[in-house]
Amino acid sequence: MENKKNRTRELIGQFKIVLIFLAMCIILTILKPTFFSVSNIINVLRQISIIAIISMGSTMIIISGGIDLSPGSIAGVTGIIAAMLSSSGMPVIVPVLAGLLAGALCGLFNGAIIAKGNIPPFIVTLGMMTIGRGLAYVLSDGKPISGLSSSFLVLGRSSVMGIPVPIIVMVLAVLLTWMIMDKRVFGKHVYALGGNENAARVSGVNVDLVKIKVYVFAGLMAGLGGVVLASRIATGHPNSGDGYEMDAIASTVIGGTSLSGGVGTIGGTVVGALIIGVLNNGLDLLGVSAYYQQIAKGLIIIAAVLMDQKTKSKTN
Amino acid sequence: MNRQDYVLEMLEVSKGFPGVQALDKVTLRVKKGEVHALMGENGAGKSTLMKILDGIYKPDSGKINLHGEQVSIRNPHDAIQKGIAMIHQELSPVPAMTIAENIFLGRECHWHGFVDKKRMLRETGELLTQMGFDLDPAAQMDSLSISGCQLVEIAKAVSYHADVIIMDEPSSAITENEVAKLFQIIRNLTAEGVSVIYITHKMDEVFQIADSATVIRDGHYIDSRPIGEFTPETLVNMLVGRELKAVYPKETVPIGDVLLEASGLTRKKQYENVSFTLRRGEILGVAGLVGAGRTEVFESVAGLTRPDSGEIRMNSNRLDIRSPRDAIRNHIVIATEDRKGTGLCLGLKIRDNIMAEVYTDRFPNGFVSEKTVAETCNAEMGKFNIKAPSINQKVGNLSGGNQQKVVLSKVLLTDPEVVIFDEPTRGIDVGAKSEIYKIMVDLARAGKGVVMISSELPEILGMSDRIMVMCHGQVAGFLDSGVSQEEVFRMACGQTGQEGGESFGK
Repeated sequence: MENKKNRTRELIGQFKIVLIFLAMCIILTILKPTFFSVSNIINVLRQISIIAIISMGSTMIIISGGIDLSPGSIAGVTGIIAAMLSSSGMPVIVPVLAGLLAGALCGLFNGAIIAKGNIPPFIVTLGMMTIGRGLAYVLSDGKPISGLSSSFLVLGRSSVMGIPVPIIVMVLAVLLTWMIMDKRVFGKHVYALGGNENAARVSGVNVDLVKIKVYVFAGLMAGLGGVVLASRIATGHPNSGDGYEMDAIASTVIGGTSLSGGVGTIGGTVVGALIIGVLNNGLDLLGVSAYYQQIAKGLIIIAAVLMDQKTKSKTN
Repeated sequence: MNRQDYVLEMLEVSKGFPGVQALDKVTLRVKKGEVHALMGENGAGKSTLMKILDGIYKPDSGKINLHGEQVSIRNPHDAIQKGIAMIHQELSPVPAMTIAENIFLGRECHWHGFVDKKRMLRETGELLTQMGFDLDPAAQMDSLSISGCQLVEIAKAVSYHADVIIMDEPSSAITENEVAKLFQIIRNLTAEGVSVIYITHKMDEVFQIADSATVIRDGHYIDSRPIGEFTPETLVNMLVGRELKAVYPKETVPIGDVLLEASGLTRKKQYENVSFTLRRGEILGVAGLVGAGRTEVFESVAGLTRPDSGEIRMNSNRLDIRSPRDAIRNHIVIATEDRKGTGLCLGLKIRDNIMAEVYTDRFPNGFVSEKTVAETCNAEMGKFNIKAPSINQKVGNLSGGNQQKVVLSKVLLTDPEVVIFDEPTRGIDVGAKSEIYKIMVDLARAGKGVVMISSELPEILGMSDRIMVMCHGQVAGFLDSGVSQEEVFRMACGQTGQEGGESFGK
């Protein structure tokens, strides 16, 4: 009996964030019935797709006990690279793969220095954030790159059976990450690394290699986000992706991942991204100015973590 | 008995957590100026009771009287105000601050908000000298050993000038002669009318220092008497609620070929020219003072660190162990002394801890089968008698004994040939201890090589086939089982009787 009660409480704790999300949706539907229309829902999903893709990497890194400040800049530089290749008339596969590769290389840079140089991730990825943005400006000479091939634009601007491609890419990225974290040995090692790095090492986990792979994966996701973003806005803009790292971290944290590592779920991050998306969309629909939206977003991040903390201290 | 004689009374205190009734009407009465031992196995509810007294938990029912008046203790700060100070089992120093800053944490000497460092250092120095601890008040906490940190915690609790001091396993990390000092301090305190609630698993300490004892088991009050009315046997029976046949279930098994051979192992500033052999079926006890290099040598054998020189052979083949992973591959595993630091991921579930070392091997294609994991872990829970609601329980919520069993389950799942136990029974209750000894015996019988590093000499003498004694980073010598504690002591201190006597305060 007692056990069951405990289990239920735990479940409610886990799904609290989902309940909050549903409550937000219901309230918005009552205030603005247009919110709950197919076109608006697709709109919200498309808006969050790039942040959600990037936040897959951020979630993995934060669960591993690290932090990543660089994915916004990585998305910027990979977008530029993809745009340059696309505008020069290369077939679509080249800019896409080049973007992913560039992202993975940036992640490798992060991971290798963090693991082998033993430097805190905050510092290394802060450096990478500036380097990435600088690279984007250098490669583009500070100017937006337009004239992208129409096949490249499919990635961000067309739909399959009414569903925009960025949403499909997002779903695939989420499934991939969920599989890695939940079903693969590698995922277990990531949780162990975040839970107690020393214990993981003593247990024979190749801690350095796991770290490097985690950052490479995050770089790959940032690269994917950057490529989709460039296609979506049909431009390689050196400034694009600016600030996305913060939205990715926010989605992760709202979704219940602990910044101290070892705890978190991919599903939680998806809900976290949805909450930010619905909040922005709802406030738009209600005609609230973008300035106030910033404040609302900040408050909801703090409120989400606060509630999470409360649930945790209760179940313990 | 006149009620005023009790400085502290906890009457019929109950406390439940989701899924477990931690305390059920437990009563504890402590007289002024006595040392009162609180006895119970791990998970019996001692810590919960003390956390209620320290204001960390609120009791569900029952009352607390201080000096005959009912009080409610809101938080640890409130407890200190009311004259109750606690030495926690888990040390919580601020590593980057000095000893003085740690002792005065939260009540720094100041002059209009400006910290008076000089005064803090002076008063800390006086306190440490008065207690006979040889520590520099200006030393950083992180420059101290675990035993040094423990001494600082003790000094800190004494510095509150409390009426009641709770000592939760104060001797678990300090050396024999420091224990003697601690007992002297306790006697001085009680002479001044301070009461001490002393929690320990060490029987001999209880009979040495305590005036009376209260026994609790599974959250229930069992008995409370003056210590003279207990014998070690009756006390143990009350603690575990059953007769313990032999404390050390050592069996003689045939000793086989040399399994592991180390020669000339050296690591700068840690150990020098260490050589030993370990045979199949043998339990090699490793004794020595804190800081003698015992742990350091075997951490190198298990790949946690790398020796500067020397070689390790297994079945006559030279091993090149560069990481714990290499060691595990060569069937050498270690259950480290520091469960929280290097043994477990406390925030993760039992299942993920048990499987940590074998995920890669069990699932070569990289996909984890939850069914296999559940089957393996449930079997392990039964095999090691791990008490927990399910394999999904967070390891951090388990008692010390159960945590240790999770560690052992984890390392033994790799099917090792050489198993190194570092302080395997530290902070563990009697029942779990004998289960862990049993595991060692089973390993020896199966022809494995077992190394047991321990600071508990009775355990070393009771379980080992051979004893390797270390002193100042070197092997002082090997002894057969059947020697006396004194012989091991003497060797551990550098053999000549006088030096040894001084070092141990005997």
